[in-house]
Amino acid sequence: MELTDIIFYIFALVTIGSAMIVVFSRNLVYSAFSLMFTFLGVAGLYVLLLADFLAVTQLMIYVGGILVLMIFGVMLTHRVVNVEISSGAMRVIPATIVVGVFLGTLLLVLTRTKWMVMEGSPDVIGTTSMIGTALVTDYLLPFEVSGVVLLVAIVAAAFMARKR
Amino acid sequence: MEQFIHDLIGNDLLATIVWCVLPLVFILGYAIVAILAEMKSASWFQDRLGPMRTGPWGIFQPFADVLKLLMKEDIVPARADKILFNLAPVIVFVGAYAAFAVLPFASEYVGADLNLGLFYLIAVSSFGVLGIIMGGWASNNKYSLLGAMRSAAQIVSYEVPSATALLIVAMMVGSLNLQDIITAQSGGFWNWFILGGPKSDVVLASGAVIHADIGNFVFLPLLLATFVIYYLSALAETNRTPFDIPEGESELVGGYHTEYSGMKFGMFFMAEYANMFLVSAVAAVVFFGGWQSPWGITLGEALDIPVLTLLEGVFWTAAKGFFFVFVMMWLRWTLPRLRVDQLMYMCWKVLIPASFALALVVGFIVVIR
Amino acid sequence: MLSINYYLILSAVLFTIGVVGVLTRRNAILIFMCIELMLNSVNLTLVAFSAYLGNVEGQVLVFFVMAVAAAEAAVGLAIVLALFRNHVTVNLDEINILKW
Repeated sequence: MELTDIIFYIFALVTIGSAMIVVFSRNLVYSAFSLMFTFLGVAGLYVLLLADFLAVTQLMIYVGGILVLMIFGVMLTHRVVNVEISSGAMRVIPATIVVGVFLGTLLLVLTRTKWMVMEGSPDVIGTTSMIGTALVTDYLLPFEVSGVVLLVAIVAAAFMARKR
Repeated sequence: MEQFIHDLIGNDLLATIVWCVLPLVFILGYAIVAILAEMKSASWFQDRLGPMRTGPWGIFQPFADVLKLLMKEDIVPARADKILFNLAPVIVFVGAYAAFAVLPFASEYVGADLNLGLFYLIAVSSFGVLGIIMGGWASNNKYSLLGAMRSAAQIVSYEVPSATALLIVAMMVGSLNLQDIITAQSGGFWNWFILGGPKSDVVLASGAVIHADIGNFVFLPLLLATFVIYYLSALAETNRTPFDIPEGESELVGGYHTEYSGMKFGMFFMAEYANMFLVSAVAAVVFFGGWQSPWGITLGEALDIPVLTLLEGVFWTAAKGFFFVFVMMWLRWTLPRLRVDQLMYMCWKVLIPASFALALVVGFIVVIR
Repeated sequence: MLSINYYLILSAVLFTIGVVGVLTRRNAILIFMCIELMLNSVNLTLVAFSAYLGNVEGQVLVFFVMAVAAAEAAVGLAIVLALFRNHVTVNLDEINILKW
């Protein structure tokens, strides 16, 4: 087994294991903090896939941004000190059936399909300039639109969260 | 340098580990010096002598302090969340240490010469926030939680102006690689970005050329303002005075590490000192030429001794970093602490609009030149 | 290099874990976290295809997904906070004023 394969299995284990804790932990704060390890695991997988720019972006947006927001959300919607932070579970049996069928279908499709794959291994050049060029040429309109979306989101979030 | 360590040790895995641990050795040595400097400068500013008993002029005081921290009882509060309480100092320190991976100490000595160095630095510096919130929550103490929430709000807010300020220089260099940013400033202190950038053409390692007209003196006032924005945000991100409200002892006892003792407190402390050096070294790299000497030539290159060049590089990085760390200690005894609302006003209504305006102006000039 | 199926199966499992969370848990913030899990698994698929096809466009799409995820998290949490102020709960089963 090559070193990169071992690293893949380590990151996969971290990602899946911490994702399980996110979903099944009774304590919301544990969920939030183990989500951090999921994000880090996914960032590691991006590095393995030679997507260096996205790996760092993942760190910045998910770990440094969204996760901090989530933890603030958890702490602001519960009386934190001395109160058990937990959340109940419901409808386990129907959910199990739906999810089992869903996962089975996904895995069946994934393993049966012959995916089109490039021959040889990809080049180890940084992706930053390629992504940058794509963003200001072919994808200029979506790029601008996503900027507007973010602006609208900031204004909307500030408007809704303020005290009236 | 990396090759040299590999040759010296022979075993690849062992050599890689040694390579990764080298900055830690540097941080430990630096922390010892910085603790003493903090105590001595504080006492001199207050017209005191400071520690005088341990060793001549008290120079062994930091060793005594570290020994005390190591030997203290490690107390975990009864109602604290044990797992998160123990994990928090580790996460805070990892966040600080991970950034050292890309920090260039000399031309041949950088842990990982990433093309995305600057972006990576900005991204991992936000990592410590999670450890701070974790510690504050797990302590099960209202002061800890309040301190952690304040700290998180402060660090997340001040990341925006500091990142924008760094990106202004990245825009002028056209690269996020920290070595490229340093190379662009080679030739002497008049080429540093604090004084407007290179005054003659520079060829980067990738073959790209930075033209001299980018170093026009038009940029001097703009980059001076950029540096001020960066340094103020860096002070806030490291929770130093005048932005130390997360641990303001007159209101919050000790902030997020109120309940910590022994070596876990020591790790928070080390992380804070490591972060101080990190932001100072980034200021040195981006605005003050990094490992370049102020007059552009090094003795090692003149005499053709590579080891001397390396040591000179480390010396200049450390000297510039220490200088800005010293300025932080200086400010601590000069400026009073801000209020929370003043802190947020400063960030959102002064620094962020100013940094955006600067980015716009500098970007415009870079494009039309 | 591993076959692409490893990455695809990994992200399928990650997505399914997210679906389990959305279906079984009732806390609004936890459901947000599960949605982030699902978005991450989709991103992983896109990056895997992008790497194995030697084409950067998948990564550009991931960039947009991240931008939308950030916007969604900000607005979503603002809604949750507003709900919490009015109902003092974030349990989705107890928030039913639109239901007759």
